[in-house]
Amino acid sequence: MELTVGPNQFFWSADRWSSFYDDLAKAPVERVSLGELVCSKRLPFYDDRIPEAISTLVEAGKQVALTSLALVTLKRERKLTAELVEMGVEIEINDLTAISYLPEGAQFSVGPLVNVYNEGTLDWLKRRGAIRVCLPPELPLESVQALAAKGADLGLVIEAWGHGRLPLAISGRCYHARRHGRTKDNCQFACEEDLDGLDVRTQEDKPFLTMNGVQTLSDSYACAVHQIDILRDAGVSALRLSPQSNGFMELCAIYRRVLDGTVTPEQSVNDIIALDSNTRLSDGFLTGARGVDWSGASA
Amino acid sequence: MEIVCPAGTPAALRAAVKAGAHTIYCGFADETNARNFPGLNFDREEMREGIAFAHQHGSKVLIAINTFPRAGSEAIWHRAVSDAESCGADAVILADIGLLDYAARNHPGLRRHLSVQAAAANADVVNFYASEFGVKRVVLPRVLSVPEIAAINADTEVETEVFVFGGLCVMAEGRCSLSSYATGRSPNMNGVCSPASHVEYHDEGGVLDAKLGGYTIHRVGKEESAPYPTLCKGCFTAGGKEGHLFEDPVSLNAEKLIPQLDKAGVTALKIEGRQRSRSYVAQVVKNFRAAVDALDAGLPMPEGMLARLSEGGAMTTGAYKKTWR
Repeated sequence: MELTVGPNQFFWSADRWSSFYDDLAKAPVERVSLGELVCSKRLPFYDDRIPEAISTLVEAGKQVALTSLALVTLKRERKLTAELVEMGVEIEINDLTAISYLPEGAQFSVGPLVNVYNEGTLDWLKRRGAIRVCLPPELPLESVQALAAKGADLGLVIEAWGHGRLPLAISGRCYHARRHGRTKDNCQFACEEDLDGLDVRTQEDKPFLTMNGVQTLSDSYACAVHQIDILRDAGVSALRLSPQSNGFMELCAIYRRVLDGTVTPEQSVNDIIALDSNTRLSDGFLTGARGVDWSGASA
Repeated sequence: MEIVCPAGTPAALRAAVKAGAHTIYCGFADETNARNFPGLNFDREEMREGIAFAHQHGSKVLIAINTFPRAGSEAIWHRAVSDAESCGADAVILADIGLLDYAARNHPGLRRHLSVQAAAANADVVNFYASEFGVKRVVLPRVLSVPEIAAINADTEVETEVFVFGGLCVMAEGRCSLSSYATGRSPNMNGVCSPASHVEYHDEGGVLDAKLGGYTIHRVGKEESAPYPTLCKGCFTAGGKEGHLFEDPVSLNAEKLIPQLDKAGVTALKIEGRQRSRSYVAQVVKNFRAAVDALDAGLPMPEGMLARLSEGGAMTTGAYKKTWR
């Protein structure tokens, strides 16, 4: 099984962003998808760093893809998306808008924010040029199994969400700006201080969600270590790890060790918690009654 | 402009037709539609009769098949498309790529509208849905301002339909799994959001908690009424600040924007609320029909007729005004 690193979902400074990908070049992962997924206003702060990060990763032997924006509404965003396909790098579409700019027959990969729920959708994507699909994290295991089987028939590489805060929603409204009494157009980059997003707690002060500009994530870190064997048996050939600000290179190494069978899933959970004792894990979308549920022992 | 009205039951359909609805939208009584609530929607016979009734009175009927088919069970959704055609529907409203592809290839004569659940938010993707799947109309997601809607219409021949009244999604529709994260049931997969089956109210020491999936998202004094705990309209705390961080418990009312939406090139105005009673539907339809008739006749808009019908009275024009963002 391969490890893929998804695009960073948060707003990091250009220096932090560059150094993350420099480090990632040495991490035990096969594939990296990078670029701006969440908010087009963040991109000018680091877009000049992208070509260098791509070449560093390619030189280190990684496959690299560029993500499209998750929600494209403005003329400027349409232009940005159209320009992506001209960069000569594989595109990971995270909104169907990006396909409309691809020449007929051009190959692309599909990210977890495209609604791929069934075989008919996989079939259409394959006919349009998809070579690889990371399934939406909301899917239950039975759907993942059915789609991995269909992917094998079609010759599509199927990837599943492995680890990280779950991208639960995208909006036209910026919640970070709203929290600071601003609007999206005058946000003054309220999201930049929260390297892993801002905790959203319920009335009983329970951690629940994470605010990240126009995006809403889970508080918990989805963690598929307990389902690795069953995913592998189903034909899923890659797991996606979503960037976090602390301990990410070690997290990649932990997942590599589980995949190699050198540590047990139970031990790997202890290792993951040891990176940050405040981490809450979930795997309920795959196997639980609800997304937030966790099949392992409570920490 | 065309008024597109909800009907959750045959009685609501007849009430909407009699109240002057140009078009009714409804769904089959199963998981193929995004208002899959107990006691709502149409069996096949009711659908056939409802469509016949609407057609006799000069109204059209659209059938929403706008959840995302479950892997391994696509036949349920395929059958819904086929039955929509045989019941005489004027169009189906679809969101899923695989289902659009299926309908375009197997039912080419059945008109296809793109559901709001597909969240097609710019002209390029709207035109792409038209060229790939022959989509004739797109229901725009509630993330766009009026000038952005005008920009889309300037760059596409596809008809646009926009929501003007009723419940308001704060997130891009069809791209939100908050509900399944907390309850296991979602709009995309099950046709429900923040389902009543997962709601609890706890009354302790003069404080009333409204919970969804075990999370308290409203807390009010005994004398106040707690709003229904819809996730995106709950009260939360972030960075030491408490409030309705995503959206207040409001509903959409864009009646005052009808002339601007008309200028922006919008074809149809959609009213949310298939879960609403027939008397509610009839009243909303009458008011909106009066408004578009006044617009067509060059008369001033009747104003403020709908305020008492909205949830708790609090209303917003949502993303149509840019400052909402």
